[in-house]
Amino acid sequence: METEKKSRLRKFWESISIVLRSPTAAVGLAIVLFWVFVAIFAPLLAPHDPLAQDASAINQGPSPTYPLGTDNLGRDILSRLIYGSRVILILAPVSVLASVIVGTVLGLVGGYFGGIVDEIVMRILDAVMAFPTILLYLIIIAAIGPSPLNVVLAITFVGAPGIARLVRGLTLDIRTRDYIRAAEARGESALYIMFVEILPNARGPLIIDALLRVGYAIFAIGTLGFLGLGLPPPTPDWGGMISEARKYIWTNPLGVLWPALAIASLVVGLNLFADGLREETMRYQ
Amino acid sequence: MATERPGVGSPREVPILRVENLAISYETRYGEVTAVRDVSFEIGRGETLGIVGESGCGKSTVAFGIVNFLGRNGRIVSGRILFQGQDLVGRSERELRRLRGDRIAMVYQDPMQALNPSLRIGDQMAEVLIVHRRMKKDEAEERCIRMLERVYMPDPANVMRRYPHQLSGGQQQRVVIAMALLNDPALLIMDEPSTALDVTVEAAVLDLINDLQEEFDTAIMYISHNLGVIARVSDKVAVMYAGEVVERAAAEEIFLHPSHPYTLGLMRCVPRLGMEKASSYLHPIRGRVPPPNRLPPGCVFEPRCDFARPECAERRPPLKRLTDGHWVRCFFADEVASKGQEALAARWRKEATVHEPQREPTETILTVQDARVYYSVPARRLFSREKPVVKAVDGVSFHVPKQRTLGIVGESGCGKSTLVRAIIGLEKLSGGGMEFMGFDISVPVSKRDLDLIRNIQMVFQNPDATLNPSFTVGFQIARPLRRFRAVPKDRVKDEVIRLLNLMKLDASYYDRLPRQLSGGEKQRVAIARAIAARPELVLCDEPVSALDVSVQAAVLNLLLEVQRELGTTMLFIAHDLSVVRFFCDDIAVMYLGQIVEIGPAEAIYAPPYHPYTEALLSAVPIPDPTAEQRQIRLSGSVPSALNPPSGCRFHTRCPRREWLPDGGRICEVEPPPWQADTEEHRILCHIPLEQLRRMEAVVSEEVRDAG
Repeated sequence: METEKKSRLRKFWESISIVLRSPTAAVGLAIVLFWVFVAIFAPLLAPHDPLAQDASAINQGPSPTYPLGTDNLGRDILSRLIYGSRVILILAPVSVLASVIVGTVLGLVGGYFGGIVDEIVMRILDAVMAFPTILLYLIIIAAIGPSPLNVVLAITFVGAPGIARLVRGLTLDIRTRDYIRAAEARGESALYIMFVEILPNARGPLIIDALLRVGYAIFAIGTLGFLGLGLPPPTPDWGGMISEARKYIWTNPLGVLWPALAIASLVVGLNLFADGLREETMRYQ
Repeated sequence: MATERPGVGSPREVPILRVENLAISYETRYGEVTAVRDVSFEIGRGETLGIVGESGCGKSTVAFGIVNFLGRNGRIVSGRILFQGQDLVGRSERELRRLRGDRIAMVYQDPMQALNPSLRIGDQMAEVLIVHRRMKKDEAEERCIRMLERVYMPDPANVMRRYPHQLSGGQQQRVVIAMALLNDPALLIMDEPSTALDVTVEAAVLDLINDLQEEFDTAIMYISHNLGVIARVSDKVAVMYAGEVVERAAAEEIFLHPSHPYTLGLMRCVPRLGMEKASSYLHPIRGRVPPPNRLPPGCVFEPRCDFARPECAERRPPLKRLTDGHWVRCFFADEVASKGQEALAARWRKEATVHEPQREPTETILTVQDARVYYSVPARRLFSREKPVVKAVDGVSFHVPKQRTLGIVGESGCGKSTLVRAIIGLEKLSGGGMEFMGFDISVPVSKRDLDLIRNIQMVFQNPDATLNPSFTVGFQIARPLRRFRAVPKDRVKDEVIRLLNLMKLDASYYDRLPRQLSGGEKQRVAIARAIAARPELVLCDEPVSALDVSVQAAVLNLLLEVQRELGTTMLFIAHDLSVVRFFCDDIAVMYLGQIVEIGPAEAIYAPPYHPYTEALLSAVPIPDPTAEQRQIRLSGSVPSALNPPSGCRFHTRCPRREWLPDGGRICEVEPPPWQADTEEHRILCHIPLEQLRRMEAVVSEEVRDAG
């Protein structure tokens, strides 16, 4: 047991060191880990309560008390940014995970069974993909109302077809391999073949695609927040913060800059990490 | 085959290509790795040098070095490459172009890689002349057609207007060769040009290369892993191992007096066409080719060598001269040469019976009666009523007695694999019936009960696709054990390790992933997985054709052992007729979805033959340049199964039709009858048996004497 654990740990470190060999991935990972750290230790890092209003300091620039300034209600921007990272770092991965699960199942079913099943699944997904994403978000949220759960649902609905297409393509390729023939010759069930024989071999591209999608999801959450369809106020939400600060852009231009920078850095970090990972895994093969 | 040509080897003539102490290295993740070192040889005018060795021995690297095609991370470390007396090493791209001009041409293994799929054949070929020779378009096309005629391309004017995908593999390779010859090159480098082709097509391409060499006087460097192919085309042979030339000599010399243990090993591990299952054992070379970054310090072959002494591990042997023109890199070449004679002779002598022949009649385990597998393909036109049907297997009947092996041979596209997939239940039968151990198995695998499924298992062709890359070896072998509850749960791991040991793999393989295994090891794991639940019938779909020869021998021996130990019945598909002869008790020859000849192995390889069998046998490359083999070549390729020829399906290519009155009119009209030579040996042909019996044997079966 002891040795098994050790070798697991060693394998883990080996894979980490492979990732870090690519400078792109290393920088990306550092940025992402920074935000994860911020989110976890938010109560310790934030100098103020993100909801506390200070009527004597409204729309101010940076000062010793408020390092990044305050917003139109006199709330500390830094603290709101710090707490906002919590919201986004939970919502984005959860919604991507949900769309990966839905998309993977649809893609596996369509790709493995083929024929009429594939035709039906794919045409429905095509119909969803035919809508501009922003429009879809708006329609869904407008219909079911803004709330964290509904944001997750909307992102899942919009993201799943793309993942289904990816998984279907991989499945179409993998199912021609001889080990699938061997499994079929053993009389394995379709479920076993899809989830045990095929899915693990699709994980590489799937993980990378999911990482990129976390970036898109952050954008999406930001966009919804900006349009006032994200999280209901006064929750600290980066998109909502930009939208609020936009009204006072002439008096306090920095108020827009900070949340925008936060979104950009997190998305860039994720993309760098995904890109580096893809490069390294390609070379590994 | 290797006839002396005037001028060859005369000292005054400058050789076309002379390579001296060439060393090539690649920049990799693990630092600089020397892939090729100390390689020297020369090729004169009109001469063919065959370079032979397993994969990973640096054969292609040498070729790429000569044409300066090493990629960004490769470079020539030292040595000289003299092309018509001028050194090519260290020159700039422009100087190279001037020196080399268009006088070196290269032909690769896969013709589809060399042809541009979006251009017509004529345009691609003419471009060579228009660009290099500044020829006018009409003139260029004229020459291209003449060149296609010279490579025996049927209907060249028509071929010029086609796209590459409209030609068969053999035709594509002819086009590539014709293109290579358009500029009248002084040196032609061919890297496994016939490996991807069917035997019959390969034989035609090899004949073509021999003819061209006589006609064009080109120097040819021919790379192959197949000793038989090398024997057929080469004047001189260089054997490469782990980046070094270990033996170099004239072709006949090297095949009759191999003096390096590796050369000897290569010859002893391939089955010869005349070898029978009852009296033969293949001698695999143990271990595998070392990767170039982990070469042994002394002789590169020392870890795998049966002749090795302690000093072999310490010093690298120099290339020493044995006789005129015969160079060997071994300290004990004389000993190897004399012992090798004995070993080779023993290989060909019919002596002690190694395998118990299964001749007594046993119960039938598998019966296939008039099996048909049809596919409907999408209609050509959008609104056409009838759907075209491909008859992949069309009326096949045979039976397999328990514990015997039935070999199925035939060109690609003849329906061998479809037939086997139908037996295992992955393909739906369109008609006919199949019975296994008294049960009806004409239903797909999903409708069979677990015990029936357990009893039919399969070994696949491609070692890289046969194992799931995500799971360990242990998990994959254990899966059938668990699924069929072959052993109690707590004993699964012991059983897996026992199976690994049976496959000559130790317990450390249990936790390995497929990517950490070599091709031969993967195939052994695949065999272990197939036999894990003790099936009665194992279907082998070309299990060794993707492996190196030395590994192939080991895997074949293992399969034989398994069969002896477990008493498994086998169906064995292969395109290599010497392997089939070696491995099988009975053989069925398939052509275009039908069996045309079936019978005991020795009956298939001796007259009377079906004309198709005769042609297949005469196409097998034999690793012995002195072997007598009649040349019967089939024209064209297998016709489409969409529209099989009427009457006898083979009539479009049959070289024996004219034996029948009226030039074989009957073959076009009437399906041929089965004729029984003996009770077990049957031939599907119109030609009367008496006439077929008068055929000469394709390969003379004389047995060499040890003296």
